[in-house]
Amino acid sequence: MTDPEDGPTFHPTRRDVIAAGAVVPIAMALPPGAAAQSPSVAAASGRVAVSLTINGTQHVLTIDPRTTLLDLLREHLDLTGTKKGCDQGQCGACTVLSDGRRINSCLTFAVMFEGRHITTIEGLAAGGTLHPLQQAFIDHDAFQCGYCTPGQLCSAAGLMAEGRAKTPDEIRELMSGNICRCGAYPNIVAAIQQAMGRS
Amino acid sequence: MAGYIGTSQSRIDGVKKVTGAAKYAAEFNAPGLAYGSIVASTIAKGRIVHIDTSGAKRVPSVIDVITHQNRPSMADNDKAYKDDVAPLGSPFRPLYDNRVMFNGQPIALVVAETSEVARDAASRIRVEYTEEPHVTNLFQQLDATISVPQPTNPSEAVFTPPSARGTPEQALASAAVRHEGTYYVPIENHNAMELFTATAVYEPGGKLTVYNKTQGVQNVQRYVCGVFGMKPEDVRVLSPFMGGGFGSGLRPNFEVVLAVQAALALRRPVRVVLTRPQMYALGYRPAMLQRIAIGANSGGTLDAITHDVITVTSQNETFFRQETGWSALLYKSANATYAHRLARLDRPTSSDQRAPGAATAVYALECAMDELAVALKIDPLDLRMRCYSDRDQIRDRPYSSKALRECYAQGAAAFGWDKRNPAPRSMRDDGDLVGWGMATGVWDATQMPITVRIALSAIGHAEVACATSDIGTGTYTIMAQVAADSLGIPLENVSIKLGDSALPPSPVEGGSWIAASVSNGIATTAAAIRENLLQIAKTMPNTPLANVGPDDVALAGGDLVSRLDATRAVAIVDVMQHGGIDRIAQEKTTSPVQDEDRAHNTHSATFAEVKVDEQLGVIRVARVVSAVAAGRILNTKTAASQILGSVVWGIGMALQEETLIDHRFGRVMNANIAEYHVPVNADVYDIKVIFVDEPDDSNPLGVKGLGEIGLVGVAAAIANAVYHATGKRVRDLPITLDKVIGVA
Ligand code: FES
Ligand code: FES
Repeated sequence: MTDPEDGPTFHPTRRDVIAAGAVVPIAMALPPGAAAQSPSVAAASGRVAVSLTINGTQHVLTIDPRTTLLDLLREHLDLTGTKKGCDQGQCGACTVLSDGRRINSCLTFAVMFEGRHITTIEGLAAGGTLHPLQQAFIDHDAFQCGYCTPGQLCSAAGLMAEGRAKTPDEIRELMSGNICRCGAYPNIVAAIQQAMGRS
Repeated sequence: MAGYIGTSQSRIDGVKKVTGAAKYAAEFNAPGLAYGSIVASTIAKGRIVHIDTSGAKRVPSVIDVITHQNRPSMADNDKAYKDDVAPLGSPFRPLYDNRVMFNGQPIALVVAETSEVARDAASRIRVEYTEEPHVTNLFQQLDATISVPQPTNPSEAVFTPPSARGTPEQALASAAVRHEGTYYVPIENHNAMELFTATAVYEPGGKLTVYNKTQGVQNVQRYVCGVFGMKPEDVRVLSPFMGGGFGSGLRPNFEVVLAVQAALALRRPVRVVLTRPQMYALGYRPAMLQRIAIGANSGGTLDAITHDVITVTSQNETFFRQETGWSALLYKSANATYAHRLARLDRPTSSDQRAPGAATAVYALECAMDELAVALKIDPLDLRMRCYSDRDQIRDRPYSSKALRECYAQGAAAFGWDKRNPAPRSMRDDGDLVGWGMATGVWDATQMPITVRIALSAIGHAEVACATSDIGTGTYTIMAQVAADSLGIPLENVSIKLGDSALPPSPVEGGSWIAASVSNGIATTAAAIRENLLQIAKTMPNTPLANVGPDDVALAGGDLVSRLDATRAVAIVDVMQHGGIDRIAQEKTTSPVQDEDRAHNTHSATFAEVKVDEQLGVIRVARVVSAVAAGRILNTKTAASQILGSVVWGIGMALQEETLIDHRFGRVMNANIAEYHVPVNADVYDIKVIFVDEPDDSNPLGVKGLGEIGLVGVAAAIANAVYHATGKRVRDLPITLDKVIGVA
């Protein structure tokens, strides 16, 4: 911890939480070579510039380096579809896709995504047509309060891209990083099966 | 009036929820929004001697630090802090004075330009306390419990134990077969997925718009007005979507006080989002220690039952629910006695959590019944049938409807219960021990006064408005279904407004009463619109409806039509044109019909199969069948989801959930959802939901409500299945593997 006059500091304990609490297998998605393209620190303010592509649109922002990808989306870009359920890598509500892979956006700093392509729930539907997963979630009533839903959907999209889940048991296992307190799990599995059959 | 009611309909808010367009309390922005971060007490009881905020204030972009010393003016009497559902006692007042009443209590709010800075600065606050001895352990307070207070009015009496009947002690002593057991349910936390949040937007002139996660926008509005001495017209509370409630949002929570304090102090919009650990400083399901004794004659009918309960509450408030009454209600027994005592702990006040009282008490009752069946050597389902009662056993009155027999029959058939080998440890699958257990569930069917406004346009679009909430229950959708049927228009022509304190009055969304209340409320208001149209139609030249009474017309397909003769109809658009209007609006209050001569309840039967790894003790709930009798089901799709979700809650309650406290500090040790286990997808397998037919005339639509009933009995069915699988009876929840390991 540095003196407050030196500006903001990182909180090392967050990273400890990552290792202990992350359930989604690829939560530690530090992009390879991230250090090499590390964003430039903007002057004395302690703020840094970051450029990343979100749902196909490039954004260049100057931010507090402690800003998580989740908070960048929600607080800076008003992309509030991505949810915060724990901010600790425990619930999956914040799941987004980074270059197609599912990650917990609360467990990563936005600056780690320099040059990356992020897909959020707002980018899942193509041109006004619901993604097959979105339609399947509606058809199977795979949500109640809807708060875990964007995370479930991004996670399911990542799951399908991974191509690892073939059986309901495998879907259950590989979707277990996304908690649904409303308990919609059986419907979530059914919805994912429907979408897998279609796509 | 038929069409949408009773069918399977996808949620009308589904597209918003799957695209991320549904906005929750933390997702409303305002220019100049500031972020609050809460500093929580690290002691359980005492006084704050000094708060050093200088380190926090030195952090650039910190706007202010609010503590009890510089907070805006707040009411100084308990009455002002009493929300609609507050229990007896003195409610907690956030940042009011230097008193610390529980570990994790908010004692300061750091407000900054960004959330990162607020959080950093909050970690730089230094606090000095004088500590006082605390007690947070129920088991240390067993000698200091108090009896639940005697009711001072009939509405309080619903929570106090029923009176004794017969001579239970003698009957127990002389019973042919007796079972006596002590059962324990630990503290559980709601852990809804959305963090409690308030975004308080300060408007020029001092008005406030507050986006808050709550199950009762008007409850919060009244509370904020009371606490801050504001006028109702100056405070508007909105909660169009809520990321799960389960009872945690019935009372206003401290985040709304803190956000309003900061917004008033700084005259700018402020958002306060609790962290997940801070959520554990809110209400919780009270731990429950209970002793049940049941005496039966050898024929398997009950002679006596005694049910003694201890639950926990805070030092400042006296929270309790009907705990013992369920065992008094359900089964025939001439002799019975009930007691309910409370242990006061230095913790936040306990609160309603899904099926409060019943989830815990019926767990013990239904495990005790299972143990009695074993002692009697009869099938557990058979025992329930022998003790079945068609009358409410507390007040000896009939039920408005009770299709529990059908729940047993249909549930057992779907599950294949008749193939059960009664001997414990007798069934196996691929090396795993297999156990089958069942239990009964019961909850209240309640309707509350509610006001609904409907505006119907000439072209057949309706806007339905009520200040209720949809906490994931499907309220938006059932409201639209009932409105569409009542007005004879397509579902997609209905728009629903809810979750706004400016809308017509609604009670809090809880107790399973909103579906019955709001659906009948819509039907009443729609009838007023129909009548209104008829009055105008009667003045039309050559009207075909001249002699038709208000009950003899319906709205269908854009027409006002005679129920007796469908050829006698006029188009609504023509009626309105004739009346010189383009819309009709009505606002009506609907109250339940007083019907004290009958009991109004929902029932369920749960059948569960568990598979237990003999070496490791790992328990898997492989199959659950839940058969529910809850009157008319408005939407079979969303209703099934509610029951499904409740069963998942039951799995958590039976096997996983427990809030653990380090009593040295009075602090929750597992205040996060990695260490407080809730079911994940891999914990949940096959769940089948059955709604049995149960016509009921307690209200015109025959609706009873579903929010709680699906949970009641589930933990018992699983616990009974674990016994059947392993031969080991675990009477303290959750049944973790250490409690069953080495079962061989
Ligand atoms: S895992 Fe990121 S918010 Fe819970
Ligand atoms: S839908 Fe409510 S948490 Fe999943």
